[in-house]
This record gives sequence, C-alpha cells and structure tokens, in this order.
Amino acid sequence: MIYSEKVMDHYANPRNVGEIEDANGVGEVGNAKCGDIMKMFLKIEDNTIKDVKFKTFGCGAAIATSSIATEMIKGKPLSEALKLTNKAVVEALDGLPPAKLHCSVLAEQAIKAAIADYYTRQGIDPTPFVGEIKEDHCDSCCGI
Amino acid sequence: MLKTTIYLDNAATTKVSDNVLNAMLPYLKEEYGNPSSIYTLGRNSAIAVNKARHQVAQALGCEDNEVYFTSCGSESDNWAIKSTAKMMAQKGKKHIITSVFEHHAVLHTLDALKKEGFEVTYLPVYSNGIVKVEDVANAIRPDTALVTIMYANNEIGTIQPIPEIGALCKEKGVIFHTDAVQAIGNVHINVKEQNIDMLSLSGHKIHAQKGCGVLYVNKKYRLPPFIDGGAQERGRRAGTENVPAIVGLGVAITDAVNGIDSKNEKLRKFSDKIYNEIMKIDRVHLNGDREKRMPSNLNFSFEGVEGESLLLQLDLQGIAASSGSACTSGSLDPSHVLLSIGLPHEVAHGSLRISMSEYTTEEEIDKLIEVLPVIVNKLRSMSPLWDHIIKGETFKIK
Repeated sequence: MIYSEKVMDHYANPRNVGEIEDANGVGEVGNAKCGDIMKMFLKIEDNTIKDVKFKTFGCGAAIATSSIATEMIKGKPLSEALKLTNKAVVEALDGLPPAKLHCSVLAEQAIKAAIADYYTRQGIDPTPFVGEIKEDHCDSCCGI
Repeated sequence: MLKTTIYLDNAATTKVSDNVLNAMLPYLKEEYGNPSSIYTLGRNSAIAVNKARHQVAQALGCEDNEVYFTSCGSESDNWAIKSTAKMMAQKGKKHIITSVFEHHAVLHTLDALKKEGFEVTYLPVYSNGIVKVEDVANAIRPDTALVTIMYANNEIGTIQPIPEIGALCKEKGVIFHTDAVQAIGNVHINVKEQNIDMLSLSGHKIHAQKGCGVLYVNKKYRLPPFIDGGAQERGRRAGTENVPAIVGLGVAITDAVNGIDSKNEKLRKFSDKIYNEIMKIDRVHLNGDREKRMPSNLNFSFEGVEGESLLLQLDLQGIAASSGSACTSGSLDPSHVLLSIGLPHEVAHGSLRISMSEYTTEEEIDKLIEVLPVIVNKLRSMSPLWDHIIKGETFKIK
C-alpha cells in the first residue's frame, strides 16, 4: 500500500480537525463495522460555508480525504460545495490506492449529509438540493 | 518521513542475521555450482545443502531424509495438504479437520480442495484463541484423511496443544500436519516426541532470507510430489535448489532453536512491561490468551481507534508494527483471526500486533510504551466512534 505524499501530509497534519460548537449543519456517515465513520460540522451563513471541521474514525486515507475535503469547501457557497465529487477529492490528493477509493465517497457523502442537516434545520426539504445520501457506505463502496 | 528504526513486526518477517549472511555469502559468490552437477563446484553445493538438511533435522528431531526444502511456508502447506488429500482420497478418505484461524495458506488450500469434493471441519478457537483437544477427538471420523492445526497463531501468538493433538492423531491413525511457521524458534518442537507427521516452516521468520521453506514429512508416508520435474529433493520436489538460502536456513534454524530459552526469558520481561503499561489505557483489550502465547507476541485492540491510522502514526515515530484491521487487509473485513476469537468488527479494526525478536531492545520497548498512549489519545480525540463509545451510545452494527 503506497500513499501519495499529499495523502501522508494530510494524514500527518490534518486540517480543520475538531468540532464547531455552534455548528448549524452536522452530518455523520459511515459505519463502525466497516472501520470508518466521518463526521462534518458546518457553520453556514448567507448560504456560504464560513467554517468547517471534521472528526474521523478510520484509516489514513479516510483522515486525509476528510482533511482535504474541508479545505476544498471552506468559504465556498453551498451550491459549489454540493458539486464536490469524490473524484475531485481523489485528484486533489494525487490519487488513492484502489482499495481506498471508498473513503473519498465517504467524504463527499459526509459533506452532503451536513448540508442536508442545515436545510432540514431551516425547515427546507434538502432532497432537491442534496439528493440521496448513502449514510452507510458499506454497500456502495464495493461498486466503485 | 523518519527511517524505521524500531522493528516490532517480526511475525511478518525478520532481518537476516550476520551469522546467516556470512554463511550464505560464499554460495552467492564463488560456490555457485548446481548441486546436481558431478564436478567439485557442484559437489560443494550438494554438500552444503546436505549440511543444512542435517541442521534442520537436528532442530526438529527427525532424520535428514525427512526434510524437504521448498520455496516458502505457503508452498509447504500447499504440498502437505494437497498431496495428503490426493494420497488419502485413493483410500476413500476425503475429510479434513482444521481450525477456523489457520493462515490463509491453509484455509485457501482447503477451499480449493472443497471444490474437488473434500469435506472440511473447522474447529472453534474460543475467546482465548486455543483449539480444544476434545474438539479434535470429536471431529475425527473413519474417513478423516488429515488433521492440520497451526502450532502458534501468526496474529495473536497463541500456542496450540500440538503434542496432545499429535498423540490423539497417532492413537486414531490420522495423519497430523502443523504449520509451525510462527512457532519455530519460539517454542520447543520435536516432531517425533510430539507425534507430528508433517510440519511446515519458513526461513525468513527466523532471520534467514525470504524465499526458502521446509516441509518435514515422516518417512512412513510417501507424499506425492507437488512440483514435478528433476530429481531434486529425492525426486519429491523438483527445481534447482536455492543453495544460498538453504545454507542460510540451516544456520538460522540452529541459532533459533539453540536460543529459544534465552530469547524467551528476555522477551517475557519485555512483554510483561508492555502489557502492564498499555493495559492502563482506557478500553484496551489483549487479544488471545495471556499465558499460552509466544512471549514475542502481543496483540491489543484499542476501542474507537482504527488500526491502519495507528500504524501510520507509529511509523511517523519510527516504529513498525502490524494490524488486523480491514484497511490493512485490503478487504472490507478485519482479520479472520480476530473475528474467530469473538471480537466485534469495530474492535477488531482497532487491533495492533507487536512482534519482537532477539534483536529487540529495552530502549525500543520503552519508546513504544512512551508514544503509544499518546497516539491512541490523539486518534481518539478525532474519532466520532470514540465519542459514541464514551457517551454509551450504541453505534450501527450490521
């Protein structure tokens, strides 16, 4: 198993780790059985992600994808953050080993789950914006 | 990244010892003859191979002509199991007994045999990771061809009651094979006294080079060859002998067996020290029996932490170890060994195997004890699973 230098950098020095106490959008995806859980905390103002933090239980790739995903959405409008794909996360990390690609899906899903939570708290049905969220990625990751 | 200086993954492989390297060097340079050749250069190689064969026989308590050199432990397992199955099927015996936590070299070999119509009974290993002799006795049937149980487990280090199983198999007239890849050099083995009919071992776990193994076969069995070809290994295992590696293995096994007691005395102290310190960490478990294990092995699970993250953090500190988490196995499931002793998936994901050798020093152990609790805390501080655990929340388990 060989990780890129970028993966190791984000693993060894993860950005935006922790919680946001007054977060107004929180999403958690993954499953302890599969060995990774990702939790995203968002502070959203004027439809823009003012702050983002994460907590992750998982392998090096899971931690690195969470870290870089937070960097990629911080300060971005929600509409742009929702366009973040797992492919973009993988490219930003200079690639992931094939067995670890599901971690990037988890990062994408965690962000979507947190934004969906924000919409729900605002009394807005998130489905038209966010679509379907696979909170439990166990079934999806094998198909990548 | 720091260069790895503290090597605690000796169950994966070991460094080549100076004794082994010095013994091998002439056979990598001037003594390059083929042992099958008639001239002096060839004969010198043949003499060296025979010397190594004698060293292995001395170490195992068998005769020289019961030792066969192979390419690795997996080949030895494949040969012993598949050829015994073929031999016994001719007598109408197509039932094999094994344990659930064997190495994949055994389990996947048995999977292949099941497709050819063999029936396999998998014995449980209970929460302590040890097979019960009475379970073996109850599983033996008139059509049982083979019992294959590992001597010591590769992940949790637990030692199986091999002499007792050997005696039972002798009494019942069933062939008994053991994979001793991990046990050799850690446990006193004597194949005759312990009634072992076949035994697999590998050089690179005992400070010889990779790519050389041994299968011991009791001479009363004429095991069919697994690799057909030339007349090497008395016509039973074709292929030009890996002379330098065989020479190295002979030296390695002699040193390993002679050094068991002194090594174990030292490693038992280290093991106790690590255990006493690491068990102070909240929600940590020792996997496998505390007493009936090789002193070289410790296997912990840290709740709320994922194993691969743990390994990468240790690597950043210059420590090399291993884990049974899914992320390190390349599949979605954690190690079958950890699941076999009843660990839930999420606890198995947080496992750490520490395996020491005679070269392990107290300073290295002290460094491990110093950094491991810090790493566990760091990973837990960013783990949503740990938050769930300490709040007493149940998390999703399929």
